[in-house]
Amino acid sequence: MLLRAGDAAVLLAGAGLVVALTLYAWGGAQGDTAVIRAAGRVVETTSLAHPRLFSVNGPLGTTQIEIQPGRARIARDPSPRQLCVKQGWLTQSGQAALCLPNQVSLEIRGHTTAYDTLGY
Amino acid sequence: MTHSVIELPVSDADRRIARLAALAIGLTLAEAALPSPVPGVKPGLANIVILLVLLQHGWRTAAWVSGLRVLAGGLLLGSLFAPGFWLSSAGALVSLTVLALARHLPSRHFGPVSLSVLAAFGHIGGQLALVGVWLLPGAALIKLLPVFAAAALVFGTVNGLIVTRMLAAPAPDRRQSAPCTLP
Repeated sequence: MLLRAGDAAVLLAGAGLVVALTLYAWGGAQGDTAVIRAAGRVVETTSLAHPRLFSVNGPLGTTQIEIQPGRARIARDPSPRQLCVKQGWLTQSGQAALCLPNQVSLEIRGHTTAYDTLGY
Repeated sequence: MTHSVIELPVSDADRRIARLAALAIGLTLAEAALPSPVPGVKPGLANIVILLVLLQHGWRTAAWVSGLRVLAGGLLLGSLFAPGFWLSSAGALVSLTVLALARHLPSRHFGPVSLSVLAAFGHIGGQLALVGVWLLPGAALIKLLPVFAAAALVFGTVNGLIVTRMLAAPAPDRRQSAPCTLP
């Protein structure tokens, strides 16, 4: 018999410790607010509570931002490489998607922010 | 002028400790040759020997073997008194302390796997504590904790299973515990 009852308990406790450490060290805070900027100026600050759609105009055209409960993303953007669209859904406080050619950005904020300020 | 001879009597226990320490040192050297994906994550094969010694010969012998392994391993790898050596010492010290407490757990329920996992966590805990206090104070060690803890859990379990198998297997060749015939 390789494992005794106590061994299983120790293994479970160890696994629990690893999971707790992972969540503690790597899990960020959930965001609850989306900040939308165009050309550096805040055009919209909205809660992540209700699904909404925003359209923001930039030099290249219109960027569409989609808000759903607990998350937000850039749904459409006229930029050639679509980097901010490919970032997908943002959920954690401090995450941001930048559509540089169109000068639109989407940032998630929560009670605790990972950074004091982000310059870009 | 008197001719004095200093005699150091060598007991069977000394020979046993030396033999087991040699085994642990061999595993330490072999392990140093293994490439590791993350610096600092090692299987800790020598702990198999330490655990077997603990279960068969008691804690004192295990402490001797562990101490000799750290010292001779440092000599042979050229890291004596270098940071790696102190990390090794801190890990071995905490792990031995944990084992001293954990071996009093009822063996009906707690087998070698428990001891091995606890010792592995002790090992990594001791090393990280030393790193945090002395080597890299203020570094973002917290981000590395899950990696090291997971490695301790996995390798501790594997080593413990190996020890269990070795204790359970009938030993056809008992040379390891027979009296040494060398003069």
